[in-house]
Amino acid sequence: MSAPSTTTIPSPSRNKSGWLACLAVLLPVLLLQAYLPGQVLAAERQYRKVSVADPYLEMHTGPGRGYPVFHVVDRGENVEIIMRRTDWFLLRTAKGDEGWVDLGQMELTLQPDGSAVDFSRATREDFTNARWEAGVLAGDFGGANIVSVYGSYSLNPHVAVELWGSQILGNFSNGWTASLNVVHETWPDWRVSPFFTLGAGYIHTEPKSTIVQGEDRGDQIGHAGAGLRIYATRRFLLRAEYKSYVVFTSRDDNEEVEEWKVGFAFFF
Amino acid sequence: MESRIRVLFLVTAVSATIALSGCAATRDLFGLGPREAPPPGAEAPGQVIEPEVERRRIKEPAIDREDFELGAFAGIMSIEDFGSDVVYGARLAYHVTEGFFVEAAVGQSEAGETSFEVLSGGARLLDDRKLTYYNLSLGYNILPGEVFIGEGRAFNTNLYLIAGLGSTRFADDDRFTVNFGAGYRFLLTDTLALHLDFRDHLYDIDLLGEEKTVHNLEATLGITVFF
Repeated sequence: MSAPSTTTIPSPSRNKSGWLACLAVLLPVLLLQAYLPGQVLAAERQYRKVSVADPYLEMHTGPGRGYPVFHVVDRGENVEIIMRRTDWFLLRTAKGDEGWVDLGQMELTLQPDGSAVDFSRATREDFTNARWEAGVLAGDFGGANIVSVYGSYSLNPHVAVELWGSQILGNFSNGWTASLNVVHETWPDWRVSPFFTLGAGYIHTEPKSTIVQGEDRGDQIGHAGAGLRIYATRRFLLRAEYKSYVVFTSRDDNEEVEEWKVGFAFFF
Repeated sequence: MESRIRVLFLVTAVSATIALSGCAATRDLFGLGPREAPPPGAEAPGQVIEPEVERRRIKEPAIDREDFELGAFAGIMSIEDFGSDVVYGARLAYHVTEGFFVEAAVGQSEAGETSFEVLSGGARLLDDRKLTYYNLSLGYNILPGEVFIGEGRAFNTNLYLIAGLGSTRFADDDRFTVNFGAGYRFLLTDTLALHLDFRDHLYDIDLLGEEKTVHNLEATLGITVFF
């Protein structure tokens, strides 16, 4: 090929190195921004205050069930919530002791106006009702390997819109696809929830130069498929799906490709 | 003198206006308001004072969620048949539960020369010797713990197992890559962590004649920030 056409994507290696160089410059700045001001402004920052309604609150040394309890806050005492990581909360007592408390105990604290605090806890209901979902799947795309990421937005518990990006890595050609799907879940409240999907998108293929001297190609694709969303735990779900693609090539025949994928996702 | 008289006149005029205006806020100030006592028995017996306490409305500061971890790493990567070289990259992780996290990483290294290239003197197998990869992985904090330095310092740590999929661009081709390994997260503070990470990247390559699965071992040291 003589001059790069407007349709070919720039070389990923060039792209990535530029990206990495940017990151190398930005990261120290980001590290400083994220860390130092936090320390400096710690005194000025306002934290959410709650009072202990349980007989006592157990403070662990780390955000995990195995970390030992090193301090107990009595009923009626006020504590500040410094941060939350997954289902653990870093608290500071009036005396300045800091420790981690789990969500179960935090739900028994009260706000200054006496009402209970509503901490979001991921449950089976969120599996059905959560708006956003993101995941990673991998599998087989017409004999080639495929790695996909997707983001999904639920319009209601039954219908969601998804945006997919995939990289196809085959023996004879590589490529990528991007597509927009509509997903319908018939029984969204089931733990193993089947869904049907319809979508359209774009596929770009590059034949491997060592085997054949082919041209890069971009085609439109349409697909239909079905699969399962399986609630695992907390925010996690497993997902398996089958999709049948039609590639609208510029040649006389359209190509049909079958795809199988499994992976995991989480909702938030 | 004239100005002082003018001020005096103005003050008198303003106070007279306020006093005569019947303004609710000021009429009692001058004792001019109507002194109508509420008729006895108008209020319900037993309720002497009507409670007019408004419920406190407090705008609570939001709780800072710190489930994301962003950082950079650098180390050594051994590219099978092509020697070892410096690798560096970036990673972004999202902690879903106290155990599980998902991680996306990109990295870059440079391939050295194969022993054939070294021995033959001039022959070069590759022009572009850059290796770049990305991967999407799932990690599990299998051994959370604490380490103690001296008498008064304790740091939280995590030993995690991690595995995932991605792609490696090397020798002018993208290859499906599986990675797995283990890492050690050392939390300097609650938001800043050091990582020591060992990873094996596997992919199939036929560059040297027959197709084979290669293992690219990588050891890196990194720093991450939770946000």
